[in-house]
Amino acid sequence: MAPRLADYKTGVHNDWCPGCGDFGILNAIQMSLAEMGVARHEAAIFSGIGCSGKTAHFVNVTGIHTLHGRVLPFAQGAALANPGMRIVAVGGDGDGLGIGAGHFVAAGRRNVNMAYIIFDNGVYGLTKGQASPTLKLGTKTKSLPSPNVNYNVNPVGLAVTSGFTFVARAYSYDVRQLKEVIKAAIAHEGLAFVDVLSPCPTYNDVNTRDWYAGEGTGGDGAERHSRIYRLEDTGYDPVVHFAGAAELDEKLGQALARSLEWGERIPTGVFYRNETVTPYGGRIRDQIRNYAENPPALQAIESGGRAITDVSPMLDDLRA
Amino acid sequence: MAGGVDVSWLVGGPQGSGVESAAGIFAGACASMGYHVFGKREFYSNIKGEHSYFVVRASSSEIRSNVSGADVMVAYDAETMLRHYADVRGGTIIYDAAMEKAMIGDVATMDENYAARLGAELAAAGRPGGVEGAVAAAREAGTAVHAVSFRAILSSLADEAGNPKLRGMTRMFNVIGAALSMGALGVPRDVTLGAIRRAFAAKPEVARLNEMAASRAYSTAESELGGMRCALAPLGGPREGTMLAQGYHGTAIGKIAAGCRFQSYYPITPASDESVYLESHVELGVSGGRPGSTLVVQCEDEISAIGMAIGSSIAGARSSTCTSGPGFSLMAECLGWAGINEVPLVITLYQRSGPATGLPTRHGQDDLLFAVHAGHGEFPRIVYASGDVEESFYDTARCFNYADVYQVPVIHMMDKYLASTILTCSRFEPSRVSIDRGKLLTGRAGSDYRRFALGGDGISERARLGVEGAEFWCTGDEHDEAGHITEDPVMRVEMMRKRLSREGLALRAIPDAEQATLHGGGKIAIVSWGSTKGPILDALEEVRAGGGPEMRFVQVKMLHPFPTSYVAHLLEGATTIVDVEANYTGQLGALLARNLGREPDHYILKYTGRAMTSTELAGALRRVADGTAGEREVLTYGA
Ligand SMILES: Cc1ncc(C[n+]2csc(CCOP(=O)(O)OP(=O)(O)O)c2C)c(N)n1
Ligand code: SF4
Ligand SMILES: [Mg+2]
Repeated sequence: MAPRLADYKTGVHNDWCPGCGDFGILNAIQMSLAEMGVARHEAAIFSGIGCSGKTAHFVNVTGIHTLHGRVLPFAQGAALANPGMRIVAVGGDGDGLGIGAGHFVAAGRRNVNMAYIIFDNGVYGLTKGQASPTLKLGTKTKSLPSPNVNYNVNPVGLAVTSGFTFVARAYSYDVRQLKEVIKAAIAHEGLAFVDVLSPCPTYNDVNTRDWYAGEGTGGDGAERHSRIYRLEDTGYDPVVHFAGAAELDEKLGQALARSLEWGERIPTGVFYRNETVTPYGGRIRDQIRNYAENPPALQAIESGGRAITDVSPMLDDLRA
Repeated sequence: MAGGVDVSWLVGGPQGSGVESAAGIFAGACASMGYHVFGKREFYSNIKGEHSYFVVRASSSEIRSNVSGADVMVAYDAETMLRHYADVRGGTIIYDAAMEKAMIGDVATMDENYAARLGAELAAAGRPGGVEGAVAAAREAGTAVHAVSFRAILSSLADEAGNPKLRGMTRMFNVIGAALSMGALGVPRDVTLGAIRRAFAAKPEVARLNEMAASRAYSTAESELGGMRCALAPLGGPREGTMLAQGYHGTAIGKIAAGCRFQSYYPITPASDESVYLESHVELGVSGGRPGSTLVVQCEDEISAIGMAIGSSIAGARSSTCTSGPGFSLMAECLGWAGINEVPLVITLYQRSGPATGLPTRHGQDDLLFAVHAGHGEFPRIVYASGDVEESFYDTARCFNYADVYQVPVIHMMDKYLASTILTCSRFEPSRVSIDRGKLLTGRAGSDYRRFALGGDGISERARLGVEGAEFWCTGDEHDEAGHITEDPVMRVEMMRKRLSREGLALRAIPDAEQATLHGGGKIAIVSWGSTKGPILDALEEVRAGGGPEMRFVQVKMLHPFPTSYVAHLLEGATTIVDVEANYTGQLGALLARNLGREPDHYILKYTGRAMTSTELAGALRRVADGTAGEREVLTYGA
């Protein structure tokens, strides 16, 4: 029987605020899994801590709700121990780019086969709206007593320069594109990153749904327009086809340049995609020839309660 | 050691000068002649230049520790001479003549405090503050001191071989020094050459050159270094079933045998040697099955290391991380996550002296109470300590079984002393390793699978990732049976009971003999844990041999949950309790007081960063026996 969307929903009460952008991301994840026909037991959602972290309990596949900032280590450990699983890591912008920023960069360098989605709302939602690392310098949300004094991280740019091999941005109110991006991220061979702009109506009254829709644009005779535009509508080609030095420079460069666009026009879609880079699992195969067929989590280690690993070569080496 | 041979050999030089390989060659030769060997390395947190030394003891009887002092010393540099000449009372010192004129002030690497103390000592005796003074002082103490020009040996080797390039191969000074002393001790030339060949097995050309250099040194030893007061004659070849192991081999090979298939780590002394060993043995033979492997991941930090190990354990692999105090501090939050989510995990904790970076390359048992308490909140864990390298092999397998059976994180306490020893011990027997994965669910689940189902003994079936019908949830929040968040007070109580009751379960089910070990008997009872075992056993023998009383030694292996009634049983009838530990506060003493309501009468403690020798420990125990010991006896031997 083909999987239905309902199969990917749990009955757990969702306690997000009404109008929270995260609902769109949750729906898109559930739809992606259903449309891709991923068997429920073959997928696992790992999440960080924050409003976004609760996602793991709402999707009806195995869900591992980890610690603040630590979703990537947990998820990578699982993905490496059993590369047959479809692992999706999710978390907040504070989770992934504040407390967990070191893991973000290290994960990019590893390029483990899994997807990572950041719910980017510019605030620390669950702790009542403090500035998150993606909030722009000088922005004052209603939750802040004074304007933000820190410069922002550029999630897409950071991912591209850290070695992520699939880097995208989407918008939680464009569920159709979001879903396609998430499906592509899950299907990607290597580490895929999706930065999802997700309004937090409760604490971030600056980057609101209306703001993204174009509030504040136009004027002076110019027409009001949505700030969001889709890269794919502009003929942008994110894919690295040959991995020559010149092509790499060009694709990385254009992704970085687009990642800096903000304000009047905010690009969404896939910025960069490079499947010519061997994922970590492939790199391991140089050391462990049967890694894919007999990964750590599936190995037989005992028979009738006795150890069956042959350590005699190691012991022979130590003979007095 | 009445009638037997017991030689302590010290080699020292700047870090990077091959002290360790020289010690490996000496230890290898002694082991191959049938001696019991025990050696330990001392070094600075430095790569090149600072003082490092190795003391290797070879004995015809079983030994488990170092003694104070040395019978033979090989000094590659002035600092070794200056720091250790007084250790060699009545023995033999062989030093490189090149340093003859060096003064204390020339030794830039010596700590100022040490230099000042030494200078004052030599000055008080009216001696020059340099190598000459040290040589004179040593001679007066009855030590035979020989200056040999290592460079002259190289030169004559170059002439002999007609290869002037050899003149510059000062890298071989370490082998020259070792061979001089081994020649003088009467170690047969072919034994030494064989040990060199084995040490450089991977580089035959290097082996050949070093063998030549050693041979040349042997000739010098024969003509110039007579009159040794001790000798190391072959005892009839290597003892059957004996290995020469390094400290980390126990836990590393133990992990492989126990089926640990995932190890994540962040480099730190003295823990990384274990991970590096695993990294060099990733592909594994498996009897009756496909080849296996250990995936070793070097992480960006220790938080990632434990996080990955938890992820891998959830996926179903036996998983582990290995660290030292600073790294373990970073792991505390994740440890609690593993606790509340009932994730089996083994953390091998090679302690060193703290706090912060403390003495980064020195020994200490500072982290017992930290291991017992690390992490906020209350959750079950097992803290288990090995007393020596051989134990650590079998204990590693036990730790994985405890983790799987009780679904808890297990902290396996090791330390720098154990990590940096080289010793002979019985070949590990993998056939003695049993594997119990507890309630791990790998097949299809029944209907309504709930990871944290209540009832029974409180330990619920644990599905690995990927089992059809056994999807589950985990969260660091309190959760219900399915693993979803709950703040319900009744469920909270049930879940707390589910988790924490297994500590009692473990105490009841784990055999007493695995929880604590009784050695000997007597009214005076020593209580200790971990690597003090070797020095204690040797000290007890020494006390007895010197006409002192029999004493009993209770080695506590399971430190949490604390085996209160079994330890109380082992202490029955003891009139005096002596706590022996390598820390300042006597942490096991605190556990005894808390759990048994009985405080130790004496504490014998050492926190210089250097491991106890059996000699100094025996001295303190004699004072306990004759009633002259204070409440705190603090040991300080060693440079
Ligand atoms: C170690 C640690 N520090 C602080 C917290 C408190 N905390 C919970 S959620 C959160 C921030 C969440 O912000 P973000 O990651 O952006 O997620 P959001 O709620 O916005 O989805 C913080 C600081 C914590 N749980 N753990
Ligand atoms: S606080 Fe913001 S992010 Fe959190 S649930 Fe409410 S709207 Fe969503
Ligand atoms: Mg946020």
